[in-house]
Amino acid sequence: MASVLRNLRWPDLLILAVTAAGIGYVALTVQGTLSYEWRWHLIPDYFLRWREDRGEWFANLLLQGLFTTIRISIYASVLALVLGVALGIARCARNLTVQLLARTYMELLRNIPPVVIIFIFFFFLSQQLIDALNLNAWARGIARGENAAIWEFFFGDMRRFPSLISGVIVLALFESAFVGEIVRAGIQSTPKGQREAARAIGMGPVQEMRHIVLPQAMRKVTPPMANQFISLIKDSSIISLISVQDLTYKTVELVASTRLIFEAWITTAALYFLLCFGLSLVFRRLERRR
Amino acid sequence: MTQQPVIEAHHISKHFDGFQALNDVSLTVHHGERVVVCGPSGSGKSTLIRCFNGLEAYDGGTLIVEGRALSADAPHIRQLRQDVGMVFQQFNLFPHLSVLENLTIGPRRVRGLPRAKAEALARKYLERVRIPEQADKRPDQLSGGQQQRVAIARALCMEPRVMLFDEPTSALDPEMIGEVLDVMVDLAESGMTMVVVTHEMGFARKVADRMVFMEAGRIVEISPPEIFFTNPETDRAKLFLNQILGH
Repeated sequence: MASVLRNLRWPDLLILAVTAAGIGYVALTVQGTLSYEWRWHLIPDYFLRWREDRGEWFANLLLQGLFTTIRISIYASVLALVLGVALGIARCARNLTVQLLARTYMELLRNIPPVVIIFIFFFFLSQQLIDALNLNAWARGIARGENAAIWEFFFGDMRRFPSLISGVIVLALFESAFVGEIVRAGIQSTPKGQREAARAIGMGPVQEMRHIVLPQAMRKVTPPMANQFISLIKDSSIISLISVQDLTYKTVELVASTRLIFEAWITTAALYFLLCFGLSLVFRRLERRR
Repeated sequence: MTQQPVIEAHHISKHFDGFQALNDVSLTVHHGERVVVCGPSGSGKSTLIRCFNGLEAYDGGTLIVEGRALSADAPHIRQLRQDVGMVFQQFNLFPHLSVLENLTIGPRRVRGLPRAKAEALARKYLERVRIPEQADKRPDQLSGGQQQRVAIARALCMEPRVMLFDEPTSALDPEMIGEVLDVMVDLAESGMTMVVVTHEMGFARKVADRMVFMEAGRIVEISPPEIFFTNPETDRAKLFLNQILGH
């Protein structure tokens, strides 16, 4: 940090000064024209609130939303990885039909806006799936059952379980197209000699993929894969549109009931930033250690 | 000879779009025989031995390996490949596995040996290629010569009936060629059937039972080394030998 400061020359200072002035001007305008009354002191209550009647802390809107976002991101990442690897392999398959089907799916998803995809998947797919499996009744049963606490640790409020699941499915289906593309690139970057060597010791196509090609491919694509998972966290805000109660949804709710427009959105932005930037730092460190 | 030949190639031909890589090639390799294939680059040597384990498909003629007709889509191709070991010019070791795992993955996954047995086998062959101490390293920590010796051991771990070598020393620095050739001479002396594509004429003179000289996709001459190196039948072979031995 000290060395950074020492390296600042006058052009840097000038640019910084102009930037600071710009930010200050916007801040003053907001203050003046909007006559907005900042009420930052209310925000902490929406993370954790002390419940007088029961005498305990409980997670309020923002924290609930953050937990839901984290849960959904984890489950959707795992599912997207599984689907994406399958898609990536299918994309490189020797069978033309398999190859074209995978390609069609991936090209479709990568060329339609996420919001549109998410509505389509939600109404056509996950809604039907949830009805067909009768998940609503099942989840309500769990919520009333004995092990509710364990289930809630993993899935949050069990009454909202079906909506969480459809959020996870929709998000995973969407991201799997991108994961599949990354996996395909990894598979195709594995040198031809590796496949030949695998075949020369008598491996079949499945063994060749599983023991030789895929491990090397996945190692090579770790950095873009990490980026894709950070994208997934950011994209997860879209599923608030299908009433999944994630961080964005809860922020909308918070703003609607309290009018803490700027405070709430700035806080939410900061939470997403911390989550994503923190993860990217972790990935970068893991990358360097290898 | 009562035993059937290991490899019987009858009038094999192969085209790469428009270009004839193999043209009516016939060659028989018997058990325990060491055949060295040489010829100018682009003459089809590599293509020929890659056909012998189905890595390359041929489009005319018949190829019988260990008594069974071979083509890349034959149902028994995997069984056949276990009987035919292959060593590549670029080693093609698996970089994500340790040396020991490189050797055991075939026996374990393909032959279904239990881990302990596969490892015993691997150590035996590492000993044979004289690098038992490198078992736990990664391939990229080894020199080129060591890597190629590991690749030879990997092929031997499948306990093949015949070993194919596709220019095994061409990608090596000169000072490492000797260690790989030494291992190959040992192997030859142990009675292994070998088909070797190489430009190492010293090695060929020492171990070959027969020399095969190829040019432009054809076998031009097949003769014993003592004749091939002193008095080759064809002018093309004479010219080739002059070019590579002349300086």
